[in-house]
Amino acid sequence: MKRFIGFIKKEFYHIFRDRRSLFILFGMPIAQILLFGFAITNEINNVDIAILNTSKDTTTEEIINRIAASKYFSIKQMVTREADIASVFEKGNVKAVLNFERNFSKNLIKENKATIQIITDATDPNTANTITNYVNAILQHYQKELNKDVHVAYQIIPQTRMVYNPELKSVYMFVPGVMTIILMLVSAMMTSISITREKELGTMEILLVSPLKPFQVIIGKVIPYIFLSIINAIVIVMLSIFILNMPIQGSLLLLGLESVLFIITSLALGILISTISATQQTAMMISLMGLMLPVILLSGFIFPISSMPMPLQILSNIIPAKWFIIILKAIMLKGVGLEFIWKETLILLGMTVFFIALSVKKYKIRLE
Amino acid sequence: MSHDEVIKVEGLTKMFGDFAAVNAISFEVKKGEIFGFLGANGAGKTTAMKMLIGISHPSSGRATVAGFDVYTQAEDIKKNIGYMSQKFALYDDLTVKENINFFGGIYGLTRKRIKEKSEALIQELGLENVANQLVGALPLGWKQKLSFSVSLFHDPKIVFLDEPTGGVDPITRRQFWEMIYKAAHQGTTIFVTTHYMDEAEYCDRVSIMVNGKIEALDTPKKLKEQFQAESMNDVFLKLARG
Repeated sequence: MKRFIGFIKKEFYHIFRDRRSLFILFGMPIAQILLFGFAITNEINNVDIAILNTSKDTTTEEIINRIAASKYFSIKQMVTREADIASVFEKGNVKAVLNFERNFSKNLIKENKATIQIITDATDPNTANTITNYVNAILQHYQKELNKDVHVAYQIIPQTRMVYNPELKSVYMFVPGVMTIILMLVSAMMTSISITREKELGTMEILLVSPLKPFQVIIGKVIPYIFLSIINAIVIVMLSIFILNMPIQGSLLLLGLESVLFIITSLALGILISTISATQQTAMMISLMGLMLPVILLSGFIFPISSMPMPLQILSNIIPAKWFIIILKAIMLKGVGLEFIWKETLILLGMTVFFIALSVKKYKIRLE
Repeated sequence: MSHDEVIKVEGLTKMFGDFAAVNAISFEVKKGEIFGFLGANGAGKTTAMKMLIGISHPSSGRATVAGFDVYTQAEDIKKNIGYMSQKFALYDDLTVKENINFFGGIYGLTRKRIKEKSEALIQELGLENVANQLVGALPLGWKQKLSFSVSLFHDPKIVFLDEPTGGVDPITRRQFWEMIYKAAHQGTTIFVTTHYMDEAEYCDRVSIMVNGKIEALDTPKKLKEQFQAESMNDVFLKLARG
């Protein structure tokens, strides 16, 4: 055990004395999260919208007043006919149109519910999404006040319709996506590089001739990266919560456990890469081309899987990152528990076991 | 057979497919001996050595190192041998002291023992001024000496040196061989592979491998008589050309 601790200490020396690896480890997560975060969550201010109000009753007036009073929206024009909505968008004057159903107040009182349609221009999907969320927030607030002194709850039902780009799937993917990329990079690339470095320097041979067992050498090399990856995951989640105001809906514990699982998957991949590459450069190239590219292109991080051609959709299944992104998205955005993501978790677990078994086998062959 | 033999090899063979990289070699090495293991590139010396140090499994034959069997007791062998590769493998981004501590540590030496021994070692090598400097900044000759000392640090019975003098100047080589003599004098068995035939003259006994087989094994003096050669270089050339 003492030998082992000495080994891990040495590993930390390697990491902390190499500025490049330090930068990759800690600079990148922060830079990426902030970059992606601020590219996407630009606050909306005074967005021009149009309103189609065929009810013209007190409730709709009050809602319109509230929307007008908020600093987020300014009402650019009133539309009189539903048929005009399309042309309003085409002129590009407004980003959204709110459409109150006919007899809004009456319906609310009689049936306890009324519908409002939020139509957004989704050519800019991020703004469209933000607009929807803000309008929803105003509506909910109003509804709460309305229900304060009534016994039967009134329901205002917002119906969201995004025009021009209904597939909004990639929008909120960025935090899960960035987290996945960073964990993958730190765990797989850094480990594979650090193991191949020992091979290149010839120290691996010395370690194998020493009484340390081969698996101890590998575990010793991997433990610091598990530790650093966990810190990275925590940093990313904290940045998302406190800087990007992204609420984490689900259990943080589950999020942590799933992250550890994915970290181990990536480490196993890293070990596997190190068994097939002789130099650090090869290890880096394989990590970048073999791991990063598929993660970026095929995991659903940037391009929605559902809009890929069939062969690519099938191919995407073998990419561990895809499953991790689904899991992250489910926990972070939907707030669901393990009962909804056990399948993805099992797939990830299976892949991990497979990669570990494969790298153990490869490693043994190399020792022959 | 006396108990003095620390390495015993009988018919040791390593096959890669149909190719015998090491073809039924047999020899013995006595305690405290400097045993030169010579051969051209690709003759099979590194493969043979890897089997003896427990990182490669023989295809057939028998071998014991420090009294332990290479098939079943590789772990015991590892505790009793030292190894230095041609790359003088030390960690460039660790200091001299950290390297010593690390390698002492993986051989299970206690912290106290490492401290005592490393102080003595640093003094002996004259590295006091650079003890806290990164090894990467040291000249090659110093690295080589440090690497050798590190391989001896846990007092192994046998130390395996794989082309330990590659790339260093003749003076440093000479000094290095003095270190080898000293270690041998203190009872450590030295098993050394080399390309330099003048170094072969420094060995107590020399074996020469050609195409996976040991073609000659004796003291340098007797080998020269046997092959009617002026120097070990001539012996080697006569053998290698067949």
